[in-house]
Amino acid sequence: MRQEPLPPTLAIALPVLGAASILLAWQFLLPWLGVPAYIVPTPTAILSVFQKSYPLLLGNLWPTLIEALAGFVIGNLAAVVLAVLFVHNRVLQAAYFPIVLFFNTIPILALSPIILLIFGLGMTPKIVIAAVICFFPTLVNMIRGLGSASSNEHELFRVLSATRWEVFWSLRLPRALPMLFSSLRIASATAVIGAIVGEWIGSDKGLGALIIQASFNYQSDRLYAAIVLSSGLSIVLFCLVVLIERRAIRY
Amino acid sequence: MTSAIEARRLDVGYGGRHSAVKVLTGLDLTVAAGSFLSILGPSGCGKSTLLRVVADLLDPLGGTISVLGDTPHAVRSRRDVGFVFQDSTLLPWRSVRDNVRLPLGVGQGSLTRQIEDRSDELLELMGLGGFGERLPHQLSGGQRQRVAIARALLGQPKLLLMDEPFGALDEITRDRLNDELLALWRRSGTTILFVTHSIAEAAYLGERVIVLAANPGRLVKDLDMRPFKQDGNRCSREDPAIVAAMAELRKALELAS
Repeated sequence: MRQEPLPPTLAIALPVLGAASILLAWQFLLPWLGVPAYIVPTPTAILSVFQKSYPLLLGNLWPTLIEALAGFVIGNLAAVVLAVLFVHNRVLQAAYFPIVLFFNTIPILALSPIILLIFGLGMTPKIVIAAVICFFPTLVNMIRGLGSASSNEHELFRVLSATRWEVFWSLRLPRALPMLFSSLRIASATAVIGAIVGEWIGSDKGLGALIIQASFNYQSDRLYAAIVLSSGLSIVLFCLVVLIERRAIRY
Repeated sequence: MTSAIEARRLDVGYGGRHSAVKVLTGLDLTVAAGSFLSILGPSGCGKSTLLRVVADLLDPLGGTISVLGDTPHAVRSRRDVGFVFQDSTLLPWRSVRDNVRLPLGVGQGSLTRQIEDRSDELLELMGLGGFGERLPHQLSGGQRQRVAIARALLGQPKLLLMDEPFGALDEITRDRLNDELLALWRRSGTTILFVTHSIAEAAYLGERVIVLAANPGRLVKDLDMRPFKQDGNRCSREDPAIVAAMAELRKALELAS
């Protein structure tokens, strides 16, 4: 049986109350149960890191933000360009799409040291890792999206003697936008993961490096603060994508 | 009277010339310019495929076809043909007005004549005067089909091909759109080829009704409806003469199925 939707006030209040109950249990129940602070520091202890070590956190947020953002843009742009090429050239798609899919099966953690070997220790390898991780879902979704116009829609454009460019611009691309944006939403989180993985493997800057350093030094409040910050970064990127999506897709 | 379409021993189907699946074989058909032809037939008889050959969406497998005295390709390039599909095929991201204006935005390169922007006039004509800024999903099924017809008429085509355009609509809306279409046809003098599954619709709309049979697709009945109707292709749906014609068409269709 279908359940009645919740009243609007409850629909907002319940998740807030849910989060608050978990935070309260985290703050009071865990210490009371004897969970030591070096394993799970309390929310207030994590919050105080934001006050005390604000410059340190911000200093490490910037590199990760730049790497994630640059990786997001480069990876998705490359995926869109390749998808357009594949859709317009069946020979190219038949020859190279299986190879691209094969590369997708290589775990990013296994690929990262190679990328580091090629690009050195600067920001570039982290951007490349973030780009690679964004690339595949967008490529697959974009190829599907560009091919999703119905045969009637293609026939309509043919009756109007539309050129290939016009079919692309006025039909294929708008048809692909919903699928492109659904992969951009996923990429907004994976770009941050890519940047952090890159920093884990070889960096002394960025949230990934901060996470590694804090865990080696048993600074768990700082570790948790870095985790909260990286999650916040993903959420901001996600919201940005949703905002653009709402402007781009009106229907 | 000149002819809009002349088909001789026309074979149509899908696939290449050697591995082709023939849908319609040996069709001889002449359609007078400015007339309203209804095409009836069971599924798979090739009625939609025939429209696609006329619209140059599909090459014939054999035989000859001339459209408005020229090749289907030349006619399509001149934008002398309009097509209305069963689903309205409106682009959901474009407003109603922008959907009607689609022919102004694409395919202009091959065009020698200037197409005027008559979108507002056509929307008014189709009873959608205040709907220009709406999006297709905000319209009913009947309204969407009206927009599709307005779009097909924007380039003032000499030939309008309609592939079961009202097949998915309720009966009242369908009857209303039938009357609106007839009024449009009388005003414009456009030749209309109208594919339908409905005997009543075919008989009410057509000056002439042809029935196609399936397996193999072929012409089995060619009925001139003018003796059953008044001047200007006018009739009442309950008119005994029309009911008699419908019975004749039903018999042919039953034999064809």
